[in-house]
Amino acid sequence: MTSSEAPAIGLTHGGSEDTGHPHRGPESKSIVVPYGFWLFVLSDMVLFSALFATYAALAHATDGGPTSNQLFDRTLVAIETMALLLSSFTCGLAMIAAKRKNMVWTQGWLLVTGLLGAVFLFIELFEFAKMVAEGAPPQRSAFLSSFFTLVGCHGAHVTAGLLWIGTMMAQIWAKGFKEHIVRRLLCLSIFWHALDIIWVAIFTIVYLIGTLP
Amino acid sequence: MLGKLSWDAIPFHEPIPLITSLVVLLAVAAVAVWVWRNGWWPYLRDEYITSTDHKRIGIMYIVLALLMLVRGFADAIMMRLQQSLAIGASQGYLPPEHYNQIFSAHGTIMIFFVAMPFVIGFMNFVVPLQLGVRDVAFPTMNNVSFWLTASGALLVNLSLFIGEFARTGWLAFPPLSEIEFSPGVGVDYYLVALQISGVGTVLTAVNFVTTILKIRAPGMSYLRMPVFCWTSLASNLLILAAFPVLTVSLALLMLDRYLGFHFFTNDGGGNSMLYMNLIWVWGHPEVYILVLPAFGIYSEVAATFSGKPLFGYRSMVFATLTICIISFMVWLHHFFTMGAGANINAVFGIASMIIGIPTGVKIYNWLFTMYGGRVRFTVPMYYLIGFMLTFVIGGLTGVLLAIPPVDFIVHNSLFLVAHFHQVIIGGVVFALMAGYTYWFPKAFGFTLDERLGKAVFWCWFIGFHLAFMPLYVLGFWGATRRMQHIPDPTWAPWLNVALVGAVIIGVGIVLTVVQLLYSIKTRDQRMDVTGDPWDGRTLEWLTLSPPPHYNFAVLPDVHGEEAYWTRKQTAIKLDQLIKEPDYQPIEMPLNTPVGVICAFFASVCGFAVIWHIWWLAILGLIGAFAIFVWYAWQDEHEHIIPVDEVRKNARERRRIRMEHLHTLSQST
Amino acid sequence: MDLFARNGDSDSQVCLAWRLVVLAPAVLLLSACNRGILDPVGPVGQAEKTILINSTAIMLAIIIPTMIATVAFAWWFRRGNTKAKYLPDWEYSGAVELVVWSIPALTILLLGGIAWIGSHDLEPSKPLVSTRPPLKVEVVSLDWKWLFIYPDQGIATVNQLVVPQGTPVSYRLTSGTVWNVFFVPQFGTMIYTMPRMTTRLNLQADRPGVYDGLSAHFSGDGFPGMQFKAEVLPPDQFAMWAQGARGQGPILDGRGYSELYKPTSYVKPMTYGAVAPGLFDAIVANKAPAQMMPHNPTTTEQGAGQHAR
Repeated sequence: MTSSEAPAIGLTHGGSEDTGHPHRGPESKSIVVPYGFWLFVLSDMVLFSALFATYAALAHATDGGPTSNQLFDRTLVAIETMALLLSSFTCGLAMIAAKRKNMVWTQGWLLVTGLLGAVFLFIELFEFAKMVAEGAPPQRSAFLSSFFTLVGCHGAHVTAGLLWIGTMMAQIWAKGFKEHIVRRLLCLSIFWHALDIIWVAIFTIVYLIGTLP
Repeated sequence: MLGKLSWDAIPFHEPIPLITSLVVLLAVAAVAVWVWRNGWWPYLRDEYITSTDHKRIGIMYIVLALLMLVRGFADAIMMRLQQSLAIGASQGYLPPEHYNQIFSAHGTIMIFFVAMPFVIGFMNFVVPLQLGVRDVAFPTMNNVSFWLTASGALLVNLSLFIGEFARTGWLAFPPLSEIEFSPGVGVDYYLVALQISGVGTVLTAVNFVTTILKIRAPGMSYLRMPVFCWTSLASNLLILAAFPVLTVSLALLMLDRYLGFHFFTNDGGGNSMLYMNLIWVWGHPEVYILVLPAFGIYSEVAATFSGKPLFGYRSMVFATLTICIISFMVWLHHFFTMGAGANINAVFGIASMIIGIPTGVKIYNWLFTMYGGRVRFTVPMYYLIGFMLTFVIGGLTGVLLAIPPVDFIVHNSLFLVAHFHQVIIGGVVFALMAGYTYWFPKAFGFTLDERLGKAVFWCWFIGFHLAFMPLYVLGFWGATRRMQHIPDPTWAPWLNVALVGAVIIGVGIVLTVVQLLYSIKTRDQRMDVTGDPWDGRTLEWLTLSPPPHYNFAVLPDVHGEEAYWTRKQTAIKLDQLIKEPDYQPIEMPLNTPVGVICAFFASVCGFAVIWHIWWLAILGLIGAFAIFVWYAWQDEHEHIIPVDEVRKNARERRRIRMEHLHTLSQST
Repeated sequence: MDLFARNGDSDSQVCLAWRLVVLAPAVLLLSACNRGILDPVGPVGQAEKTILINSTAIMLAIIIPTMIATVAFAWWFRRGNTKAKYLPDWEYSGAVELVVWSIPALTILLLGGIAWIGSHDLEPSKPLVSTRPPLKVEVVSLDWKWLFIYPDQGIATVNQLVVPQGTPVSYRLTSGTVWNVFFVPQFGTMIYTMPRMTTRLNLQADRPGVYDGLSAHFSGDGFPGMQFKAEVLPPDQFAMWAQGARGQGPILDGRGYSELYKPTSYVKPMTYGAVAPGLFDAIVANKAPAQMMPHNPTTTEQGAGQHAR
């Protein structure tokens, strides 16, 4: 009885009587699950907004310490941005392969996505370590605290995404392209794309504006 | 190895927490043993702890809330007693270190672990039934949400036995809550407990917004939904939008405390005003998260016990959504005295008043619901009327506080304390008590004793007024809040009246327990045979009490507003039930241990973080992740209820309904 | 005592108890006159009290009829009352909607105007209009006492504010540790004191006397001890007091401030005969001597939770 178009939560009403309204009843799981996940992503965006607001409030609170102009390296940031944007693209390719139930290409593109995400993280951690070594750790000033937290929170989300990618790869390998697995993959891709959107905002507000002459 | 934890953490030298801890531990152990000896653990495990049934989860939330009400109220009585005793030369019986923990715990517990779970419990129990569906969108996640909330409650209570609680007030403002001025574990208990339960709350919001927008019975368009569902939608939208800000506020404070960051510190460029803004951007919507479902309960009660539809349904919906949106635009009224300047203060003040307009409209709509009705003075109706008298005064004092120059002289005073207790008790608590009485028969199959219920009401109503009216006066006299010691002996009579009021409320709480026990004992006299003991108007009254696990054998078709009422009146008029539908097997979610196990690991991780036991914290995180992966690895999350069982239950329901058809409605 | 008749019961008179309960708050409030913020001694407090009373009256004019209507409707339309008309389908009326939206809207329009004008007139940082030049007072909240610096007089006091009658006082406020609120109820407006920040306040007291002052924001274990007295003296007496205090008693220099900074509560009023110039600004800039040292608030002079008497 579990088909992807079966309504959520075991609803089996035949809908025989005319209710005078086009509303047909509960939606199916394939609609409900991604919808709920979108709501979660929206709440996550609110979380990031609060971090952006904090960053904006504290961007100039450098306590006589290093400023954004002195710290950010546009080249590195460009590379990691490319890596992340590319990984969104490959994530999309993985979804297409999954819809076609192609094991090799799905796993392949997922792997590439994960690797590109790992490249992003590696560069970010490298940047963090460099800043700490240069005397600009998050404990130095409010500006640095807010920078590390905003960018670090995004990085933490990326890390969680990588864990998720690994888990999905294992699940697809073990179970194939069952309905609920593909649904989860869809949620993963929503998550991954959302992280991209957040990164574009970070890139602009933190790095671009922060390195204006 | 054990971080900051040592034997010093146990309050051997402080009699009050020590004795309380021992008594509570003994009581918990005694209950656990009693349950075990009676062989009830398997029942509890299968029917409640691992249940994915929204009705059971709702009941668990409310049980948690009632238990925490006792703790929060105990804190209140202790505070009242201290303020009556510690006048002039006397320091009372609670030194500041303790008194400060008590009022902080009182506020934290009442908001996060009484009001929120109680409200969420009602939304859980009622919304799917009113929408005519079988469960929420994500039943397993629902179970997880509950247990994460319970985990937060556990940690807050643990602070009584091991360590201390925050001494900063329920919002833990920096710089007082920074490590420099609060080096103990108290603030950490507060932060960790709220972060854990906050995750649960956000997941609840995702669940309910999805359910209300995507999972409703056929024909139930938005404007045919009961008002309680609309207010639940608004409340959950607020949770979704506001709680992440709380998460950030608390996380930033944790980063300051744990890693030496400088968000709100006095040095390094930190800005404590930022915390004020962030926390109140969450804090104001929070009170609407609580009060909107309360308004929804009143709408249901008003209509049912007036024997008329709710007056101005669309107006109510519009007012609800307006309140929802405006609640995000008023947060600065919590700190008019911070010096933001005239323009900013005035704008936020006016916005805060504007929110009073839709609220006033609601009061009038309830008023006109009664107009032309046949009002029955049941216990829920008492609470409705008590609310309408109490809350409007609370609204008056609220609008006063919204005028910046007035706030300049009453900010943080006992006037403020009286105001918010007036709107929370008069608004939220009365609604919860009304809802408790109203939906109890649906949950358990029998109604509560009416006379004891009315006694409880009068205790709350009289007790509240005695406890808080004097505080308005004292606020005018210049008394501020959170005072461990009272400087002026002339305040004593007023504080003593307040103490009497608190005691009367305490009697009410005791009577609530008595009412429950007595009602259980004499339940045969008040069985809810038909499932519709109040002549209800919404779909939850279509089912028997308690409803089967899957709620409805066949999802009801909804033909207009008040789906159930029309159907009932038609059946009575035609003297026959609706045509028997085709029954199908029903797929329902399985029970799950994921919630309680995940919460266990969250509690372990949380405790470890509080006491700086890093290896244990990591283990806890891994455990929580592992159980999640284990869950995700299962392929079957549902089971099928065979059509024979569905048909049997449904025919029994139809038989009973037919038999009692002409007693179902009092308007005939 | 069942104040409401059971379903279909006999006629009862209107519930006296409900009425009493409704009027009780008003009665209580009336009995609280002439103290605290309802007995202001200066123009700021007076204006605020006026707004408070007027706004309350405006709202009561709406709310009391609403409360009466609540009880009246519930009672008249009780199920047992066969005289009342039953309108089982009456659930909407455009006219009623118009009225119920208008009443709150108009009330809020009026009060909103009061809020706008009042916020501007009574903005704390706005200097008061007066023929007399303002007295400058710098306020520092510490754990757990109040320091008042008179920069022009060159003296300072702890837990004792002395101001001249009928003279505007221009306050600059900060905190040495955590947030507090400076509040003398009979003077009017209160304002936060926050570390590393300066807030501004302008008040005036027109009646001589001694008034209670306090902190209106919880600041830790010694918070209850942050009471102080605000004394209003005729201008010539104030001048004499300031003159007399100069040069007497301890000096509030770096060392004196370090001493004062240590956590103590219920501190007896004292006066410093000399103050290091620019001390207030140094405190705001986090460059005052005591603040350069690490602070452990649980170590008071006589142990946690005890008080200096």
